[in-house]
Amino acid sequence: MADLTTNFLGISSPNPYWLASAPPTDKEYNVRRAFEAGWGGVVWKTLGSEGPPVVNVNGPRYGAIYGADRRLLGLNNIELITDRPLEVNLEEMARVKADYPDRALIASIMVPCEEAAWKAILPRVAETGADGIELNFGCPHGMSERGMGAAVGQVPEYIEMVTRWCKTYYDRPVIVKLTPNITDIRKPAEAARNGGADAVSLINTINSITSVNLDTFSPEPSIDGKGSHGGYCGPAVKPIALSMVSEIARAEATHGLPISGIGGVTTWRDAAEFISLGCGTVQVCTAAMTYGFKIIDELTAGLSEWMDEKGYSSIDQVIGRAVPNVTDWQYLNLNYVAKAKIDQDQCIKCGRCYAACEDTSHQAISMSDDRVFEVKDDECVACNLCVDVCPVEGCISMEPMAAGTVDPRTGKEVDPAYANWTTHPNNPMTKAAE
Amino acid sequence: MAQGQMAPGIVSGRLSSDELTSNFADLHPPLAPHEAAVAADRCYFCYDAPCVTACPTDIDIPLFIRQIQAGQPQAAAQTIFDQNILGGMCARVCPTETLCEEACVREAAEGKPVQIGRLQRYATDTVMATGEHPFERAAPTGKTVAVIGAGPAGLACAHRLAMLGHDVVIHESRPKPGGLNEYGIAAYKSTNDFAQAEVDWLLKIGGISVETGSVLGGTISLDGLTANYDAVFLSIGLAGVNALRAQGTDKDGVRDAVDFIAEVRQAEQLAHLPVGRNVVVIGGGMTAVDAAVKSRLLGAEHVTIAYRRGRDAMGASRYEQDLAASHGVRILTHVQPVAVHGTGAAAEIELEYTTTQDGKLAGTGETVRVPADQVLKAIGQTLEGAPEGLALDGSKIAVTGAGRTTLDGVWAGGDCAAGGDDLTVTAVAEGRDAAMDIHATLVS
Repeated sequence: MADLTTNFLGISSPNPYWLASAPPTDKEYNVRRAFEAGWGGVVWKTLGSEGPPVVNVNGPRYGAIYGADRRLLGLNNIELITDRPLEVNLEEMARVKADYPDRALIASIMVPCEEAAWKAILPRVAETGADGIELNFGCPHGMSERGMGAAVGQVPEYIEMVTRWCKTYYDRPVIVKLTPNITDIRKPAEAARNGGADAVSLINTINSITSVNLDTFSPEPSIDGKGSHGGYCGPAVKPIALSMVSEIARAEATHGLPISGIGGVTTWRDAAEFISLGCGTVQVCTAAMTYGFKIIDELTAGLSEWMDEKGYSSIDQVIGRAVPNVTDWQYLNLNYVAKAKIDQDQCIKCGRCYAACEDTSHQAISMSDDRVFEVKDDECVACNLCVDVCPVEGCISMEPMAAGTVDPRTGKEVDPAYANWTTHPNNPMTKAAE
Repeated sequence: MAQGQMAPGIVSGRLSSDELTSNFADLHPPLAPHEAAVAADRCYFCYDAPCVTACPTDIDIPLFIRQIQAGQPQAAAQTIFDQNILGGMCARVCPTETLCEEACVREAAEGKPVQIGRLQRYATDTVMATGEHPFERAAPTGKTVAVIGAGPAGLACAHRLAMLGHDVVIHESRPKPGGLNEYGIAAYKSTNDFAQAEVDWLLKIGGISVETGSVLGGTISLDGLTANYDAVFLSIGLAGVNALRAQGTDKDGVRDAVDFIAEVRQAEQLAHLPVGRNVVVIGGGMTAVDAAVKSRLLGAEHVTIAYRRGRDAMGASRYEQDLAASHGVRILTHVQPVAVHGTGAAAEIELEYTTTQDGKLAGTGETVRVPADQVLKAIGQTLEGAPEGLALDGSKIAVTGAGRTTLDGVWAGGDCAAGGDDLTVTAVAEGRDAAMDIHATLVS
């Protein structure tokens, strides 16, 4: 059995699955249930300054979009940080940490962008015994309008400044949580590193309106006929999160900075992908909110099973394995030629590949009177759309052409040598360099 | 009073009213909205979808299912009714297992087709529940067409003609319109008097009058019709039944299955309907299955379908055969009736085993006797009362193109016309297509 024990910034947890700072980690009751279920750690729901806590709306806080069979694909929320008194949260955190010393317990914090505010709260968090803090620079709704959350996360200078305060007044690991509502994710990550951050975590939620009620014309979730953008999360955001994680993992300025990956982790496979792109832990929220804490059994067993199959004995061996394979488009091998191949035994003759290719792509699939669908190699550009729309996994595959064979589409021999756009004759920059 | 299942002979009240009501409830209850949403989500929206090809009325099935997915069952119903105005009945009675659902790619993929029939019912029920008719008539053409027979073909033809602006008079020999939808379809497939409700809803288009008790060759003649109308559509069905060649078929308790089925359909109270303790149904088609299942549902203790060939040759689909089996009907194959025994009334039927020699069916000489106080003949219907002057193709009215007979101005469709399966849905398609052809002829 592969060892899922994770050491992230010196914080140990029995597995890399942490519950993200969100409703599931808002109070002792939930967190105890999570730990009993087997979660490796939690990032406690974001704490605010001492004093009267924030208030939440008293109507719907979540909206959703669905796939077939009402499978939840994306969730959006307009909930704010914890609306319970700071003192209560701190007491509960201390109790839970004392009872579960082997689990990671991270305090998420969001206080005004003033040194005094951070200086005041940090010692109190330290007293709980929490293993570290996560700076919530990500929430896109409500708090950002008060100069916190994403309002900080969108200004790299603020990130650096606040991170530095935290490193000054707190002696345990500082994780900076990044908002994706920004043009270039590398800038805030770099600012966090410059401020002394031990790690970044990403992504926080994405500005979103899930739907519009066509009777009332109110965005959903609707509060008395009005709606506000909320933070989008769940399986639908995973591709965005993977890309942002990879950018930080491979950028020169941030390469090697530990990352806690967040965004649509739903099965063990998602977690393995985040880890392979450089994450030391992953944080989960929507999947738990959709299915409950018990999914941790599949998440841990699945990751372990896969690692055993692949011969990896520890998480460290997986971290970042995919990073070297993330590159810029211009470095992709243009001499690599593939063709779609349809396995007739698996084909159920739905014709979706044909419709997609004929209507929207390269007219590279033929259809016979008796519904046999075949790829026309002389038209196929290997775009993969047929693979993507086929309802039967594995029925259509992309087969690379062997070097030396002739691509019937171009009439050219497949060149075994690697060649990319930077050296391609059609590239004006290439010519300029000549 | 219930006399119990053990009572000998053909008697009523074998089961209590409650049992009968439960037995004759909807075979496939309607989908609830959640069920419909889950079922609709399974459709792949195939290209040039095989289910559409398999549908005799060419309903755009992926489109209507997508409309259900998108939350508009009423729009889905419009898609269905555009092609098949009797889409409500077809959703109930179509042998989908040999049509659209057999062709569904998910049948190939998982052995579980999308529930097209039940989704169609979900959509059509939604509209019919409103009582509103979704079509309007075109400007009047001043033409009047006679439709003979108010079965599925006649109704579909009449509706399409009325929609196109023609006036239509339907001549129906029976007391009620609907044809086999009213008198023939298995009761457990069309509950709550759906056939009449559907006719009433269909007639809301306007411009169609129904004259019942109007008998071709009796009160009306083809000559008279062609003289008085701009066109005639014959949809007279198959009024005759094939004769059973066996001894003793004149005994009491031997009757045609279609009459038995019609009686069940028209029964005011099922508890008053007599049925044998030991029923034997001769035949292998849907009528045989319907009659056999109904007998069981009415409380017959032993019901046997006796068919002269193998199960693969049966007209009833495997699904229908399984339906019969699941109701406790025994299916005896490779047997043919030799004689009905009994003094005055049937008591036993003697069946001879058959074999196929040189492609021909032959008796082996070995016989078996099965108790039978009721024998239902379901060995096929035949054309009866076709007007003279029409050429026949085999035993049916010969047609070319969209139901054109050999007489100018006379079209035919449904079971009475040659070609196509004898299915409700096929009849609807033929009626509709003949209407389009009649229209094209009348306005040219």
